[in-house]
Amino acid sequence: MMNPFIEVDGVKTIFGERVVHDGLNLTINEGEIYGLLGPSGCGKTTLLREMVMLQEFSGGIIKVLGHDLNTIKHNEAQKLRQEWGVLFQAGALFSSLTLAQNIELPLKEYTNLSKKMIDEIVAFKINLVGLKSSDAILYPSQISGGMKKKAGLARALAMDPKLVFLDEPTSGLDPISARDFDDLILNLRELLGLTIIMVSHDLQSIYDTLDRVAIIDEKKIAYEGTLDNISSVKSKFIQTFFGDKFE
Amino acid sequence: MEPLLNISSFDDKLSFEFRGEFNLYTISSYEKQVLNVDFKFVKKVEVNLYKSKLFDTAAALFIEDLKKKMTSKGIKVDILCSNKDTLGTLKLVQNQNPHLLPIPKIEKQSFVYSVGKSAYSNYLGFISFMAFMGKLFATKMIYLKKLKNIRYKEIAFEINESAVRALGIVALTSFLIGLVVAYQSAFQLKIYGANIFIVDMLGISIFRELAPLITAIVIAGRSGSAFAAQIGAMKITQELDAMKTMGFDPYVFLVLPRIIALMIAMPILIFVSDMMGIIGGMVVSNISLHISVNMFLDRFGEVVAAKHFFVGIVKGPFFAFLIASIGIYRGMMVKDDTQSIGFNTTKSVVESIFAVIVCDAVFSIAFTNLGI
Ligand SMILES: Nc1ncnc2c1ncn2[C@@H]1O[C@H](COP(=O)(O)OP(=O)(O)OP(=O)(O)O)[C@@H](O)[C@H]1O
Ligand SMILES: [Mg+2]
Repeated sequence: MMNPFIEVDGVKTIFGERVVHDGLNLTINEGEIYGLLGPSGCGKTTLLREMVMLQEFSGGIIKVLGHDLNTIKHNEAQKLRQEWGVLFQAGALFSSLTLAQNIELPLKEYTNLSKKMIDEIVAFKINLVGLKSSDAILYPSQISGGMKKKAGLARALAMDPKLVFLDEPTSGLDPISARDFDDLILNLRELLGLTIIMVSHDLQSIYDTLDRVAIIDEKKIAYEGTLDNISSVKSKFIQTFFGDKFE
Repeated sequence: MEPLLNISSFDDKLSFEFRGEFNLYTISSYEKQVLNVDFKFVKKVEVNLYKSKLFDTAAALFIEDLKKKMTSKGIKVDILCSNKDTLGTLKLVQNQNPHLLPIPKIEKQSFVYSVGKSAYSNYLGFISFMAFMGKLFATKMIYLKKLKNIRYKEIAFEINESAVRALGIVALTSFLIGLVVAYQSAFQLKIYGANIFIVDMLGISIFRELAPLITAIVIAGRSGSAFAAQIGAMKITQELDAMKTMGFDPYVFLVLPRIIALMIAMPILIFVSDMMGIIGGMVVSNISLHISVNMFLDRFGEVVAAKHFFVGIVKGPFFAFLIASIGIYRGMMVKDDTQSIGFNTTKSVVESIFAVIVCDAVFSIAFTNLGI
């Protein structure tokens, strides 16, 4: 029943003269919490942006939920966009809208739910991610960094997507909020059957949440698989990053 | 303790004894002394750090450089030191040093190169503006096919924001321009006793040219720059990216409503500007040429044909389109740094005023040839 949600095949990314990815291959299955790891500047965010059609790649194929992003039609792309949610590194909430308005925006645009129903959904999502209902009327500039991440997640979850992309969800959070966030992500996977792709540098969160990881190093995938076998890989990044955990 | 360097030599051996503080602040004085040393017959150098204090990485780099220089001359270097921190610092620099590549210099470009480069980037800028226009029309076509797709709420909001709130400033500016133009020409007309002709002059010049241009310039400065800055800021905070991943096409949500709103609002603003300009002229005519309001209006109805009014109004949507699309395009061109918001906002105003004037010239020629 392994059902590949995302397939990345031989993806190349080149900015001007600078090669960032030189043939990446990876597969993300349904129901996984999948991590993209690697040293700073190796192109994790870039790969994530390519998966959500924010950035074009120079070669290779990316398939998301069976759609080839190179040949996808406008209408299919619009539909696909409703099946995922994205949490940006800095939240990227719409600064002219309150949290509640941010979350209800896709609901208003894409559905014809009644106002009452939408309000209920918004309240539910806000509480789900651990914010208080009273926060809903605040503007993004009035809340803390951690709250922005939570609100961003609530917005990403607004349409009950199958796929959620998270770019460094726990960076910049205090350790307690970060662990709460991890629990939240695990819970959501449990309750909603989400497939989650996340970029992370947070070792604790990596060990606590991820099922499988891909490590990008030297423009290629240095390793793909579960964290159990990772010690067998000879890569400088892996040795240093996971080093003290092997001993 | 003052920095102090004792240099002593026996036979072919030279000894540097660094005493006192050896760090960022004292290196230069050591350096001068070392430069003056004659290494001609030296085979061996001893660096004595026993008495140096507050040794930092800069000092370690200095020692490392000295060592390199000596080694390349075939001179052996010994470092004498007992302090653990100093040794650690030296070690750190030694380990790091072989991997250090010099920071690449940004090459100075020749005149021809920079001219070529800026010409090419202007060319690319033009191409990308064309691409923007193409995308704009394509989305317009797709979305305006169905009436339900039009985002009335956003359009109404933008009309309020960029037109209703601009009424005051447009009215005031036009009134003053009417005053000034009338005042200047009243003086000339009086000389010839052609007082009443001020009505013809004001009517035609304000309706046809002044009102549309003044309005366009005020709106370019007000709304064009606001569009550029708003959209640029949204780009930096990744709000545009967020919209795209949610399937909200920024062209539909941000671009089209602004353009449509301005195209609707501009003719109305020009109308207000017409009225206020004429009122300004009427006031001056009354005061300096003693033309009563009734006389002014009688003459006005006789000599100023309606076509002049419509010529001015028709220009409105075109100017509005130019101002809004240039402002938005400039907003989209903002890169990921705050400086480019300023740069692009400035550009948006300059370029849209320029575009409006070019467009106006084209209209003038066209209308003249058409005999309107
Ligand atoms: N628009 C761009 N133009 C040129 N180079 C770019 C661009 N975007 C990213 N890069 C380059 O691509 C590389 C990968 O960037 P990316 O942001 O994906 O790194 P990352 O793996 O997410 O790093 P971090 O962990 O620090 O967030 C970097 O070397 C960066 O310089
Ligand atoms: Mg990143």
